[in-house]
Amino acid sequence: MIRDITIGQYYRTESPIHRLDPRVKLAGTLLFIISLFVYSKPAGYVTAFLFLVFVILVSKVPLRFILRGLKPLLLLIGITVFFNLFWTPGEAALKIWKLTVTWEGIQSAVLLGARFVMLIIGSTIMTLTTTPTKLTDGIECMLKPFRLIKVPAHEIAMMMSIALRFIPILLEETDKIMKAQQARCADFESGNIVKRAKNLLPILIPLFVSAFRRANDLAMAMEARCYRGGEGRTRMKPLQYQRRDYTAYLILFLYLVVNAVVCFVLTAD
Amino acid sequence: MGIIKTKNLVFEYIRRDEDGNVEGIKRAVDNVSLDVEAGEFIAVLGHNGSGKSTFAKHLNSILLPTEGTVWIDGNDTLQEENTWKIRQTAGMVFQNPDNQIIATVVEEDVGFGPENIGVPTEEIWQRTADSLKAVGMYAYREMSPNKLSGGQKQRVSIAGIVAMRPKCIILDEPTAMLDPRGRQDVLKTLQALNRLEHVTIVLITHHMEEVIQADKIFVMDQGQVAMQGTPREIFSQVEQLRGLRMDVPQAALLAYELRKAGLEIPSGILTGEELVEVLCRLY
Repeated sequence: MIRDITIGQYYRTESPIHRLDPRVKLAGTLLFIISLFVYSKPAGYVTAFLFLVFVILVSKVPLRFILRGLKPLLLLIGITVFFNLFWTPGEAALKIWKLTVTWEGIQSAVLLGARFVMLIIGSTIMTLTTTPTKLTDGIECMLKPFRLIKVPAHEIAMMMSIALRFIPILLEETDKIMKAQQARCADFESGNIVKRAKNLLPILIPLFVSAFRRANDLAMAMEARCYRGGEGRTRMKPLQYQRRDYTAYLILFLYLVVNAVVCFVLTAD
Repeated sequence: MGIIKTKNLVFEYIRRDEDGNVEGIKRAVDNVSLDVEAGEFIAVLGHNGSGKSTFAKHLNSILLPTEGTVWIDGNDTLQEENTWKIRQTAGMVFQNPDNQIIATVVEEDVGFGPENIGVPTEEIWQRTADSLKAVGMYAYREMSPNKLSGGQKQRVSIAGIVAMRPKCIILDEPTAMLDPRGRQDVLKTLQALNRLEHVTIVLITHHMEEVIQADKIFVMDQGQVAMQGTPREIFSQVEQLRGLRMDVPQAALLAYELRKAGLEIPSGILTGEELVEVLCRLY
């Protein structure tokens, strides 16, 4: 059962968004999120929503996969909306028992909820359309300028890709250790939370020991294959901008300009 | 001088207590001198703790000798500037296939070695395709290593080494964690590499059946080379092998027992087919 967990949530299909360079998608997501904060007006959000719908349609990812990303955060969104609804001072619109809903509260709750949902959907589309490997490559590239302030871009990317490779292996190992303990009458399911946490200790210790052993083996295998850091390495799959990537940047730029016009010119206060 | 040459190689593991004082010294490799010609298929046998893995790690300059010298293609492993040249000349495959695959896609893992030594992009692709074909894993190039069987993973590891175009491949018990089928596949791959690409193979193992095809066998015991010779020479000395706590291939053992029982069977029989032939001629 534990083995069914997939890392990342890549949805395999052919679409222009899938084919984009990961750097475009990373930059796009970042700019889109920033735009949600800069253009935080109803009109700005309508434009952002239309842009998002356009991207979703182009990406060919079924809607239910996209909405799945919202599920774990529903509670958080709910709480934020709830507090905004009842605790924003202003003109009363509705009175339920001791709580007052204000018009201002409704407006800010709707805006905040919309921002949250679009923010999550925006980043979900990125992870749905980019393989973890490409994402790592993209992050390495984006971090490169920060090497000047001693950010180890290559090392961070290498660690991420090794983690991606080993998470399923370690999960499988956890499963094995759990079964071995259960065969000797270990109980992981009953008792209160403290007792259950205590019972996890005999799983964690062998897991850590084996992880360190694996790390040692892997380091040796990497050295044996002449790995010596990012210096002087060539790339098997170098990131290269294609024409479609420039088109994507153009579309992104257009969105930002249109949204700015909508927010600050057409609906200026 | 051959491609691999060791002279009076000694390696000692030093055990220290918490304050860093020497608690004990274990001599894992003891005075090993040997010479391997380019293009040979060499097997190193030995039971657990005989020092064969420690010895293997010297050939890739992962461990450096305490005493004595190791030359790989004429380069002394003790000289630091030779390290990367040596690791490129002598590739190494380890026991656990899971712990030596780095990437999440087969072809990217094979490309990892060439990337490290600065091969241009187009050539990396060429080498990756060539070496995956050489081990018969080309069809799996876009798969995740997690979906492969042990034997397939080990062949991907071998491809990862082959892609670096080494003159020599050292394999430290590559089949220890595999099922019989996977073991067969890996062995066939190694024999093909040796015969077709003329890569020198050093196979460390404790499975007797795997070494019948080797050109030369070294049997290690307590860090020393206890026996050496062709498979025929080695496996006809059944008593001595037993003294070293080693098994003998079944056919060789049967031939030995039959000869002891008085049948006229020549020594040096290795495979079942040979034994059948000899027995048929007798009757």
